[in-house]
Amino acid sequence: MRVTKRFVVRSLLSAAAAMAVAGGAWAQGAPIKIGLLATLEGPFAAGGADGMRGAELAVMQRGGTVAGRRIEIIKASSNANPDVAVNAVRKLVEQDKVDIVVGPLSGSEGIAVKNYSKTQPQVTFINGGSGAQATTLVDPSPNFFRFNTEGAQWMVGLGKAAIDKGYKRVMVIAEDYAFPYSQVQGFMAEFCRLGGKVPVKAWVPLGGKDYASTIARIPKDVDALLVVLGGADAVNFLNQYEAAGGDKPMMGGSITVSQDVLNYRGKRRDSLVGTISAGPLADSFDGADWRAFVADYKKNFPVDKGGFPSPSLFALVYYTNMKAALDGLDAVRGDLANNHARYRDSLSKLELKMPTGTVRLDSNRQAIGTTFVTEVVKDSKGELTTRVLRKVDNVEQLLGIPRDQFKIGTRDEPSCP
Amino acid sequence: MTRAERTRWLLWLLIGGPIAVFSIWALVDNTRLYLLTLLNGLTLASLYFIVAAGFTLVFGLMRNVNLAHGSLYLLGGYVGFTIAEKTGWWVLAMAGGFLAAAIAGLLIQVLILRHMQGQDLRQTMVTIGLSIVIADILLWIFTGQVHQMEAPEWLQGPIRDIPVIRAYSAYRLSLLAFGIVIGVFLWWLLNRTRVGTMIRAGVDDRAMLSAAGVNVNLVFAITFMLGAGLAGIGGVIGAVELSMVPGEDTRLLLASLVVVIVGGMGSVVGAAIGAVILGLAETYGLAYAPTYSVVFTFVILVLVLAFRPRGIMGKAA
Amino acid sequence: MSAAYWRRAMNTGLAAAARPLPLPRAGVAAPVAAAAVDPYADSDAPRWLRFLWRHLAARHVFVLAFVLAFPFVATSFFTFQIAAQSLALGLIALSLTFLGGYGGMVSLAQMTVAGIAGYVVSILGASATEVSLGWPWWAAVPFALAIATACATLIGWLSVRTEGIYTIMITLAIGVAFYYLALQNYSLFNGFQGFQKVYPPTLLGVDWRSPMPFYFLCLALSLAGYLWVKWLVRSPFGIALQGVRDNPRRMAALGFHVTAHRVAAYAVAGLIAAVGGVLFTWYNGLISPNSVGTGWLINVLVIAVLGGMRHPIGAFLGAVVFVLLQTFAIDIIDRERFNLVIGVVFLAIVLFSPDGLLGLWAKLRSRFGPQQALTSPTPRRQA
Repeated sequence: MRVTKRFVVRSLLSAAAAMAVAGGAWAQGAPIKIGLLATLEGPFAAGGADGMRGAELAVMQRGGTVAGRRIEIIKASSNANPDVAVNAVRKLVEQDKVDIVVGPLSGSEGIAVKNYSKTQPQVTFINGGSGAQATTLVDPSPNFFRFNTEGAQWMVGLGKAAIDKGYKRVMVIAEDYAFPYSQVQGFMAEFCRLGGKVPVKAWVPLGGKDYASTIARIPKDVDALLVVLGGADAVNFLNQYEAAGGDKPMMGGSITVSQDVLNYRGKRRDSLVGTISAGPLADSFDGADWRAFVADYKKNFPVDKGGFPSPSLFALVYYTNMKAALDGLDAVRGDLANNHARYRDSLSKLELKMPTGTVRLDSNRQAIGTTFVTEVVKDSKGELTTRVLRKVDNVEQLLGIPRDQFKIGTRDEPSCP
Repeated sequence: MTRAERTRWLLWLLIGGPIAVFSIWALVDNTRLYLLTLLNGLTLASLYFIVAAGFTLVFGLMRNVNLAHGSLYLLGGYVGFTIAEKTGWWVLAMAGGFLAAAIAGLLIQVLILRHMQGQDLRQTMVTIGLSIVIADILLWIFTGQVHQMEAPEWLQGPIRDIPVIRAYSAYRLSLLAFGIVIGVFLWWLLNRTRVGTMIRAGVDDRAMLSAAGVNVNLVFAITFMLGAGLAGIGGVIGAVELSMVPGEDTRLLLASLVVVIVGGMGSVVGAAIGAVILGLAETYGLAYAPTYSVVFTFVILVLVLAFRPRGIMGKAA
Repeated sequence: MSAAYWRRAMNTGLAAAARPLPLPRAGVAAPVAAAAVDPYADSDAPRWLRFLWRHLAARHVFVLAFVLAFPFVATSFFTFQIAAQSLALGLIALSLTFLGGYGGMVSLAQMTVAGIAGYVVSILGASATEVSLGWPWWAAVPFALAIATACATLIGWLSVRTEGIYTIMITLAIGVAFYYLALQNYSLFNGFQGFQKVYPPTLLGVDWRSPMPFYFLCLALSLAGYLWVKWLVRSPFGIALQGVRDNPRRMAALGFHVTAHRVAAYAVAGLIAAVGGVLFTWYNGLISPNSVGTGWLINVLVIAVLGGMRHPIGAFLGAVVFVLLQTFAIDIIDRERFNLVIGVVFLAIVLFSPDGLLGLWAKLRSRFGPQQALTSPTPRRQA
């Protein structure tokens, strides 16, 4: 045919139209890129891997798509060092060009990522598992959301349970860094208000395994020990305590009464019965949503494929945050225009249904959630297991203390000797 | 009094004085705590001595700063833990830990270090590389979980009815016994056997040893095996008392370094003295001023380096 | 080192042409004497241009053009996370290369010195933590450099009065002790949390932390450090230091104060590491005890050895390789096994190519390159 001007114009127009249609269809199918950051190296590697499993579970439950778009997960790894976490997030945001970041896992990483998030207003950052108080309480970032409760919130309810058990004087034994500080604060805020006394706080240097000197300092007149150590370290402490002839009852932090402690085979095993502790989940919780979650986890991640026998704390918090990210996307039908304005608005107002209860956000975009107080009991086979003593809902970050009087937990704060 | 004697008296006074004052105050304030801490310090010192003795032997003879010593400790501990789990015999675990670390040490010496005779810096860097690789492989196999080994039945539980301190861990007391036994064995080895004589001669003058017709490579291999094996035993012992976790290798390596710097290179007696100083400083620090217990160690290190760079029992070149 | 080499090193330039210098190989003619003759002596170009012509080779010009043009063609991610981080790390590794390669003292406390500078700049300057005093940058930064250099001198004084191999042990012990101090102390070092939001100032209307200005800042300081080291090693002090490295007893017999030279070397290396430390802290925007932990102490050694400890440019080369591995390892292999990869690479380099990647390159060039004449008309250069 003859190449006339009309022909050229028409063909150009039709080509442009075809590209627009194709481009539009392409954009509609464009995947939503979510960066997932957890500690896959170093001491928290096992927890980080389980966190990733929890997040992947949330994606699987939606069939891999949300609001008609495919979900693309890009994984990143850190080792609980804040500089490594920021490098990993920077790569996700600037090199891999993700829309949303879910992570990190540890407390000081969370603060560093929050500071970075302020420089990247076009990306929405949702926490993974980090539980430092300062992340949302001090200098919060408008595009950093945390749908899991933090270390201090995890101990609400334990103070009252201690008073109910008759413990009036308690000694604290914990590792010397931010997470135990927040746990101790969560305990003491209630305990001191109800009249309890904490005469001695023994802060063990991070990584120190020699508890002999700490055990030597235990006064004769305390009623119980609040041990905020990791599960395996708690077993080490119990061994040394038992070998030194000690006999005081123990209370645990959120990561203390783990499977290691429940499998303890020392001579004082029976004295472990009655140990109370508190945390964001309880293996023996009877709620229907929780049991469905556990079943789903076991189905998708059986033990021979590397999963844990029961989802851990890390799996739960990562699942919560990823589910919130996806629910928010669903609510705005995937509209991420205007620096995610509508998306962030919907996240702030989201009432998230979690396996353990409902979660809302406060004005600092920090979760208000549920805490369980548990107790160690012996089951019919003589094995040690836990049961739920109390379920505390609507736990706020400020722990009921007015904002102007609230101080973030440190070695000396709070104090009621 | 000569000037040297006077300086010695002054030094004893400056260091001994505050310690004496502190001890009197602490004894009066809380006798039980003071005596408990003393025992804790001595037992911890035994563990440090066992590990550091191996380190100082290797350095003293072969001038090789074996920075993989901590990883060998970890290797011995993990192997011991596995054996104890499978067989339930703690003595077997000790032997297994010793053998595993000794064989690893032998392989390192024969396959790698022997070919770099005389290049001290290069040897040290090889040990650094090995420590990274061994630590990561162990992390891969055993993951970052904490492994706690159980003490043998006959050592479990407290010894009761001791005056003043009431009860003390039997296992911890046994640490003291181990330290003494190993110390006596090392003394016998170094002073009463031919191999020991060769090792001591080599520490003094390596060139003469080889000129005297001794198979220096064999002596080196035996020494490295012994040093590594001691680290392995330390690992098994520590697995019960302190538990095994990645990160313990760095802690024990640092402790060995400080013990050897304070006590003097190549001297087993120096290692004992250094271990006692370090163990007591750490435990008293943990008991009376927990926040800064490590700073005490640092201060001791700096003082020794400033005034006696070769260590307390170190020989001048 | 023979007296002839010494003299030749001390007298570069035109004056050397007047003296016929004997070569170490007897019976060979002395083209070295010809090399000392200025080939541009007759040219009309100004003195500075002739200086450049004498000392710059094509590869220098090419590399300079590349690093200057790099931020304009690469993405801001590459400019900031890869390039600027490599330059800051390279500067710290350069201090170790100088100290270890030219001074013969391998110190594992260079990252400690860098960390001290970073901590002081955080404590004295502005950050998100309450402990910070909030001084302006022109007060905080010089103080940080001064204090870090003083600490480096102290570390040097503690380490050098014994045998060479002691140095690694002592500096490692000091480095780890500092780590525990920073971890446990809250009144000064803010313990486990460290300092957050430590940024370079906004000066002359430019935010010096945005990718391009920060890159050029790092580039300028790295270039300055590199040129300083190259000049220093050919100066009388540098030559004496290398003499002390090779044979301290002979140097002492010649009347040089061996300990003073070594401590001075520590001070110089400390200053370079301090500048690198401030830059690295600004790059991260934070500092915590982990920045000065055993991992990083050893990483700096790995970087220096990777590139080649006898060449200043090796530090930067090693840093680039290290940062690339660190950033993209997760895409290639399991990031979990990153340490294993680094350890194996380090081990391989120490076992088979002790002079690092540059040594490997030199070996390959001599093996596969054009047949070199026995004596080359151009003076031997070290990159």
